[in-house]
Amino acid sequence: MSVSPVAANPVELRGLVKRYGEIVAVDHVDLTVQPGDVYGYLGPNGAGKTTSLRMMLGLIRPSAGLVRVFGGDPLAGVAALKDVAGFVEEPRFYPYLAARKNLELLAALDGGNAVSRIDEVLEVVDLSDRAGDRVGSYSHGMRQRLGIAAALLRKPRLLLLDEPTTGLDPGGIRDMRALIRRLADDGITVLLSSHQLSEVEEVCNRVAIIRSGSIVFEGHLDDLRRSSTTTYRLQTTDPERAVAVCEAQPGIRDVTAGEPSGEIVFTAGEEAVPDLSVALGEAGIGISALIPQRPSLEDLFFQFTEGQEATTRPSLERPALTEAA
Amino acid sequence: MKPGVPTVYRWELRKLRSQKRTYIGLGAAVVIPLIFVTAVAFQSGGPEDVAFGRYIHDTGLAIPLVLLFFGSLWMFPLITALVAGDIVAAEDHNGTLKTILTRSVERGQIFTGKALATATYAAAAIFLSGTVAVVAGSIVSGFDPLVTLSGKTVSALSALGLVGASMLVYLMPIFAVACIGLLLSTITRNSAAAVVGTLMVSLVLQLIAIVPGLGWLHPYLLSTQFDAWQGLLRNPIDWAPTIRSAWVCLLYGAPTLAAAYILFVRRDVAG
Repeated sequence: MSVSPVAANPVELRGLVKRYGEIVAVDHVDLTVQPGDVYGYLGPNGAGKTTSLRMMLGLIRPSAGLVRVFGGDPLAGVAALKDVAGFVEEPRFYPYLAARKNLELLAALDGGNAVSRIDEVLEVVDLSDRAGDRVGSYSHGMRQRLGIAAALLRKPRLLLLDEPTTGLDPGGIRDMRALIRRLADDGITVLLSSHQLSEVEEVCNRVAIIRSGSIVFEGHLDDLRRSSTTTYRLQTTDPERAVAVCEAQPGIRDVTAGEPSGEIVFTAGEEAVPDLSVALGEAGIGISALIPQRPSLEDLFFQFTEGQEATTRPSLERPALTEAA
Repeated sequence: MKPGVPTVYRWELRKLRSQKRTYIGLGAAVVIPLIFVTAVAFQSGGPEDVAFGRYIHDTGLAIPLVLLFFGSLWMFPLITALVAGDIVAAEDHNGTLKTILTRSVERGQIFTGKALATATYAAAAIFLSGTVAVVAGSIVSGFDPLVTLSGKTVSALSALGLVGASMLVYLMPIFAVACIGLLLSTITRNSAAAVVGTLMVSLVLQLIAIVPGLGWLHPYLLSTQFDAWQGLLRNPIDWAPTIRSAWVCLLYGAPTLAAAYILFVRRDVAG
């Protein structure tokens, strides 16, 4: 049974593996990008992000597992990539040709009326004035923008962008992120690989974190935030009794009382804290301060990519994908 | 319109027209005949032990034929290898292979377009060189009748036709060299290695031809096929060398081209 291209998600990876001899670059990756997502594919350098993207674009063959883009197999032919565009690593062009000539070449290889969109996409990435210059004279940032222009020529429904802000100056990074948000607002699904959490946090709604070739988290950013317990600092009018109330309260753990300040420190999920406030009030204990100390997303990222996984992982529904007939 | 091999072919030619390497090859195809003709103009002798060498002062139409002989040693294989060895490997080096492989043309169509562009360039180099040799040679030695290898004199116009036909026959081993270059270009992913490798294969086959005791192998060597055109300049025309050249060159060219095609279509594109 094949997956219907109409109903299929923009990207579905199931049990994806890529081995280079003894090295496992991508290790049983499951990932789903849904329509409208701006999906962050996050991981440190060498984690397997680019290798995954290459398999999504049909540039390399998986050792095992399935890749589907809009239900099609990119290895079966370019028809599967009809609605897909993007680049892996930095976008590359013919340095001896002008930017416009490069786009004309790519438009010719796309067919249809892609060539009529050249002026429009150059305008979008703000390269109209330099379109006649050879790409060999372009800065890194200009080539990145030209890469976006080349992708937009195809009028894609899915953009695959591999670390699009790498090597850009702060202004270039700001412009690139704004451009990605604008494209997402126009209805293009974006899969964006990055090793910068701040970037993913700024532009993405869902995220997968990859570490040593394996996905260690997939879900919404809010799920990621909720996936760890929070430490709270509590100051009350009666620390001694407050400790007892805390210890008796369900969901409150690791209660310690500081000396001589009387500050109580405990860990709890978000849902347990309101009940604790009520319990303290009913016991006649005044709350001077109740301060959550959430780990930042960056802390969580390092927790996932360098240390252990978060204590709680969101339950992710990963439907089985049947190989296309 | 759906893009295909013609689209790729047109753009490969445009890319070739924009690269210095192309002009180095075509420049050599022009300059070397001019140097040869200049030398002929200032010397009374000639390469008498080479077919048509003794006639280079009698008619300019002998000069392209002598050039075909000398050109087979390294000039034409090198000119061919300059593009054949580069046309895939350069895309690897520039990282542009991934750029074009993620558009709307199949890998096989891209390879076919590249192979056709390589063949076009190689044919252009041979005919450009021949044209320069005929024109410059005729200026220096005259546009006069030619004595064939059978001793019969043919008119200048007939000789011109035979020179053109000789170049067509000469293209067969050139295309086989191009196929070897395309394979090395696809395997090595390195332009310099593929260009030098192609030339080395050509030179090694020539070296085998002078190894004592391997005379039985000569008819099947690629280097021997560069002389097949001489059969056209006999009376009557001896087609046997041309026919043998066709299938021997096919034996060299077809498997290497097929291997290059399969490798290109199936390979991982990383980097």
